[in-house]
Amino acid sequence: MASILEPGTPAPNFKLPVTPDQRLSLAELKGQPVILAFYPADWSPVCGDQMALYNEILPEFQKYGAKLLGISVDGVWCHAAFAKDRHLHFPLLADFHPKGAVAQSYGAYREDERVSERALFVIDKNGTISWSYCSPIAVNPGADGILEALEELAPRAEASHR
Amino acid sequence: MATLKVPVAPEDHIQGDPNAELTLLEYGDYECPHCGRAYGIVKQVQKQFGRRLRFVFRNFPLAQIHAHAQTAAETAEFAGAHGRFWEMHDLLFENQDRLGLPMLFALTEELGLDPQALRDALTAGEFEPRVRRDFLSSVRSGVNGTPTFFVGEHRHDGPWEFEDLVTALEARRALV
Repeated sequence: MASILEPGTPAPNFKLPVTPDQRLSLAELKGQPVILAFYPADWSPVCGDQMALYNEILPEFQKYGAKLLGISVDGVWCHAAFAKDRHLHFPLLADFHPKGAVAQSYGAYREDERVSERALFVIDKNGTISWSYCSPIAVNPGADGILEALEELAPRAEASHR
Repeated sequence: MATLKVPVAPEDHIQGDPNAELTLLEYGDYECPHCGRAYGIVKQVQKQFGRRLRFVFRNFPLAQIHAHAQTAAETAEFAGAHGRFWEMHDLLFENQDRLGLPMLFALTEELGLDPQALRDALTAGEFEPRVRRDFLSSVRSGVNGTPTFFVGEHRHDGPWEFEDLVTALEARRALV
């Protein structure tokens, strides 16, 4: 398993395509927590796959004001078809060219298979990684860890609103 | 290891002796084909353990990919409010490839319940909070797809064929 970036590390910035004609950078999302979910590939052949699960849980993430981003080495058209088929309501980033470069910068690239790990990062509103987790590739990590990490950030976020 | 964050409580749907030494809990979706297959396996497991096992079912409808999962879950809860949860649970899985409203009404009628009352309950979202409550409890417990099983408090990872569940339950039994 790759050695992923640990909490306390500044999250490496990136600017990746989210649709055929739009790009999204991490820097644009400063001011809110970001959940970065690396996964190996679109179209895994099960119902409750990781992205489908996060799609269902999205309202819970939004309660914390968090932005969820899925990211894999699939291209934008592949992502578009996948998102449409699964009715995904969050962006999928294409870490397609140079292949896996962003995954590599987070220590979440599998050189042998040339796909990203199933790695999760919660990034705080200042752009620092506050929690990270790398799941065995065959195990869908669920969302409990993400929610706990967001909860930890929440009191501080609330305090800054007052 | 993921553990069950919301313990089994009287308001859960429990099949078998509520005080049984072993607990198998499933988070499931009535329209998920994998859950449909698990349905038969669970029945076998229940037969194997008899009174030593209680089975608990909680809702985990993947509503974004299964168009009828949410209404099916609410229909089961509607039947549950009339003391017929498990019969509806079984009927839903046995007819899972056509869970549109006509089927839900037909199954309601088959159980001697009032389809119009079901229609009203679905329209009013009467059982939506109950389904949502199950769903949220699942998320906290690390449920990662359907079906997700818990043996005692521990999430059962990996395959869930009959032999796998029996082995996991036996291992659990050795501990208690």
